Amino acid sequence: MKAQEIIRSIEAEQMKSDLPNIQIGDTVKVGVIIQEGEKERTQPYEGVVIAMASAGISKTITVRKTFQGVGVERVFLVHSPRIETIKILRRSRVRRAKLYYLRDRIGKATRLKQRFDRALT
Amino acid sequence: MSVGILGTKLGMTQVFDETGRSIPVTVIQAGPCPVTQVKTKETDGYAAIQIGFGEARAKVLNKPLLGHLAKTNTDPVRHLVECRVENAGDYEPGQHLKADLFEKGQLVDVVGTSIGRGFAGYQKRHNFKRGPMAHGSKNHRAPGSTGAGTTPGRVYPGKRMAGRLGGTRTTIRKLTVVRVDADRNLILIKGAVPGKPGALVQIMPANIRGKKG
Repeated sequence: MKAQEIIRSIEAEQMKSDLPNIQIGDTVKVGVIIQEGEKERTQPYEGVVIAMASAGISKTITVRKTFQGVGVERVFLVHSPRIETIKILRRSRVRRAKLYYLRDRIGKATRLKQRFDRALT
Repeated sequence: MSVGILGTKLGMTQVFDETGRSIPVTVIQAGPCPVTQVKTKETDGYAAIQIGFGEARAKVLNKPLLGHLAKTNTDPVRHLVECRVENAGDYEPGQHLKADLFEKGQLVDVVGTSIGRGFAGYQKRHNFKRGPMAHGSKNHRAPGSTGAGTTPGRVYPGKRMAGRLGGTRTTIRKLTVVRVDADRNLILIKGAVPGKPGALVQIMPANIRGKKG
């Protein structure tokens, strides 16, 4: 086996196979497992996917939301065991691979046009 | 020095541990390394074993080397390395050292050749600060002063200057073994090791100072 094939086979052991087809501009709900003292619980985080980076096991999505008037962006390692679920709530029509322009906009200007031709899975 | 194993750096990736944290790892194809010679105090004046690694065509090796390998019935190997060990008698010529020499969580030292960077300047080689790039400055990546003037009238030896960087034998100490796959001869080590993918590396149990072993 070649070097890259071996590395891919190591990555494949821990990669999730049940991930939805996430696209830029999707509104997603991410269930993050957080540690509270001794207990673990799932905390939902909802927002718009404004960027995706890397491929394979190191694939990440940047999810942006506005919380109490403050923009919040979190980067999630999608194959991480600490990410319990990723659910797509809404698809949008976008013309960029990176929606960084949303950072400069507030309120109504941050709306994205919804599209219905892609399934939510 | 304890017995190590030779391997090829395959590349880097990341794996998740039990708590779900991602760990950067280097994947190394390690061994199997045939023991090609056992040197003992009586025969050679010191105790050591010689191990080989890497497939090679018989055509690329010369006859003395092939004859040396034929003594232990070893297939032609690309690399030969000697390890000084006290208990050389415990090893049989022709025996194979495998990746299962190491276990998960063990600390290891990794020896390799660092990436050659050619003739490198002050910033890259010695982490000098650079001068301002704008405001009329013409001092961008220059070295600054190399010493005093007429007295001493020379540059002291050891003054850090531009020159060849990298391409030297480098040891990275105390790296953790994350996983050992003995069937596929793979070792996953946390962190980076010297060299590019395809480079020869030597993995050995960590040499902890103040501890005999």
